Amino acid sequence: MPTKQRPLSPHIQVYRPQITSAMSICHRISGVALAIGTLLLTYWLVAAAAGPEAYAGAQSLLGGFFGKLILFGFTAALFYHLCNGIRHLMWDTGFGFDMPTVYRSGYAVMIAAGVLTVLVWLLALILGGS
Amino acid sequence: MRYRTPIKGALGLGSAKDGVHHWWMQRLTAIALVPLVLWFSFSLISYAGADYEVVREWIASPLVAVLLVVLLASVFFHAQLGLQVVLEDYIHLEWLRIASIVLMKFATVLLALAGILAVLRIALGA
Repeated sequence: MPTKQRPLSPHIQVYRPQITSAMSICHRISGVALAIGTLLLTYWLVAAAAGPEAYAGAQSLLGGFFGKLILFGFTAALFYHLCNGIRHLMWDTGFGFDMPTVYRSGYAVMIAAGVLTVLVWLLALILGGS
Repeated sequence: MRYRTPIKGALGLGSAKDGVHHWWMQRLTAIALVPLVLWFSFSLISYAGADYEVVREWIASPLVAVLLVVLLASVFFHAQLGLQVVLEDYIHLEWLRIASIVLMKFATVLLALAGILAVLRIALGA
């Protein structure tokens, strides 16, 4: 019997966004972005293995303004996915499912991800000198 | 009356035939990646803008080379598991879904091997 095109859950059109659902979809989006961004890790390592010219090319590409912008986005996505991943691992053990804790751990993830991102870039800009 | 044989419950593999393998591998790689990613990110602070020779020397040191190989293997295994679920969820055309999953798996294996080979070439001085 052919079924009608019924709306599927979640009804995104009438769904009031909350921090919980927004953070959930952000985990997936950051994961996909990181998977694509990890191309840069392979590129950087292959360039280092290929020789000085290839490495210089990679450095100028990644060290330029546009490269740094991409790397900053990558770092932010990385630390968000890392921190929220730890939140997911906590849920896997069966803890933290009551609503106040879900919200508290959510805010903790956002703060921790922001702090780690800023910390790494501050240190890189101070110590890296590039 | 139960038609299920006891072996089904004993194996615990369910209708997907691989039980919780996908879920478990995603968690194992996630746990491994927590220290690896933190180590790599904070190491890169001092090596991101460094000279070619300095970076090669860092990659070639035994502990770093091993950790980089483990990082690459875990990252691409984890990415492959995650991307598979995303593709399964959003691509409803069956042939396209299967084709993109196969392509994605090939690509992640290729990228992982390319990265690992690069680390080994530097570490072994080739």
